Amino acid sequence: MSGFKELIKRVKGEIREVNVEQARAAIANGAAIVDVREADEWADGHVPGAVHISRGLLEQRIEDAVKDKAAVVVAYCAGGTRSAFAARTLAELGYTNVVSLVGGFGKWKEAGQPIVMPATLSAEQKRRYSRQLLVPEVGEAGQQRLLKSKVLLVGAGGLGSPAGLYLAAAGVGTLGLLDSDVVDVSNLQRQILHTNASVGTPKTTSGAATIRALNPDVNVVEHNLRLDSGNVMDVIAPYDVIVDGCDNFSTKYLVNDAAVLTKKTVIYGSIYRFEGQATVFTPGAGPCYRCVFPEPTPSELAPSCDEAGVLGVLPGTVGLIQATETLKVLLGRGRSLVGRLLTYDALESSYREYKLRRDPKCAVCGDAPTIREVTDLEWSCHFEPKPVPVGL
Amino acid sequence: MAIEVQLPSQLRPFVGGAAKVSVEATSVGGLIEALATQHAGLRDRLLEPSGELRRFVRIFVNEEDIRFLQDEKTALKAGDTVAIVPAIAGG
Ligand SMILES: [Zn+2]
Repeated sequence: MSGFKELIKRVKGEIREVNVEQARAAIANGAAIVDVREADEWADGHVPGAVHISRGLLEQRIEDAVKDKAAVVVAYCAGGTRSAFAARTLAELGYTNVVSLVGGFGKWKEAGQPIVMPATLSAEQKRRYSRQLLVPEVGEAGQQRLLKSKVLLVGAGGLGSPAGLYLAAAGVGTLGLLDSDVVDVSNLQRQILHTNASVGTPKTTSGAATIRALNPDVNVVEHNLRLDSGNVMDVIAPYDVIVDGCDNFSTKYLVNDAAVLTKKTVIYGSIYRFEGQATVFTPGAGPCYRCVFPEPTPSELAPSCDEAGVLGVLPGTVGLIQATETLKVLLGRGRSLVGRLLTYDALESSYREYKLRRDPKCAVCGDAPTIREVTDLEWSCHFEPKPVPVGL
Repeated sequence: MAIEVQLPSQLRPFVGGAAKVSVEATSVGGLIEALATQHAGLRDRLLEPSGELRRFVRIFVNEEDIRFLQDEKTALKAGDTVAIVPAIAGG
């Protein structure tokens, strides 16, 4: 052990080290940047403008990459050790202005400096996503980010169908489909993940097949279950973002509480007849569902399950607002619906926006939360048909 | 003065199907009371038996939640728009 410690101490004495700020200034002045990490580390992101030469290939490749031996060269690795050895090697090769970044890429990222994802899209992917690669807000780095993202769709029904199809088409790499129902012919008027041929099969099976047929890049994870307090934490754990397209209050509150406790963003949507709501709940950045609606509408006052009726195209509009917000959140682009409730009235053709604020008295995200673990809410869909006076 | 009230789908049957109604009121509390008096059935939807606003119904005045204004005491002036937005759970 002391042998290595002595060696690195001696090497660091022979080279020049710079901190992130000095490296940034050198790069701004035109310094060459050499990333000496391994390929898998490089693939997870690197300093913009860097060339990748893993340390084992440095002697062979550096002269092609950096021809001017008097040029300023910033070498970096993950933490600053490999790049120290690399700097000494470069000095031995005759490079006179080599510096090693102290703390490496880790410190660079920590300091909030820009990073890029390497272009490792296949030729097929470049064609498939070409129209969104051309959008500067996405580009190759954004597309890589989407391909690495994991989104859970709670509900593979009216909202989950359009959201799932478009997120899959956009290349979100992992899509969890959660639903415990089987496809019924009455679903097909709006649940476009499913087809006549899938009537009677689980929605997860049917939806997964549709998504795989649309885009083989997507890893579809089937969760053929009903969320409850016993499984929700495990189910949501692997996901970056949750799209709430469920059709009952029990699941809405359960998903909300679990997401607040694990600091995950929920893309909320809900529909009723010809009216929809959407917003984004990001813990720490805005309110949660309980801040907005501390209590569910009692079932006798809320015939809000699908038996209550819904215009078939409405979930298309609301589900796509959710898909759009999901992509923005994953890409870190634009102004999300955090703190804003968007409502859409299809009959009136009107969109309205309301301010949503975090409630300091909220039971789960307030200043003195009383909900510290998930619990099940007793709420069942109980629909009493009532006359509908409007012309639908 | 007349205040415009935007109604959600669930409440439209109680006002003959209209998406909005006009109500004479100078405060949110007065407006809810006037609505509940004029349209049979709305009282039960908006107010607890105790007379408090139901917790699954949000009232916004010009896009701001009355809980972050002065609740039912929030004053209304000509040109204000009040919106009633209930929790819905269809998917
Ligand atoms: Zn909250």
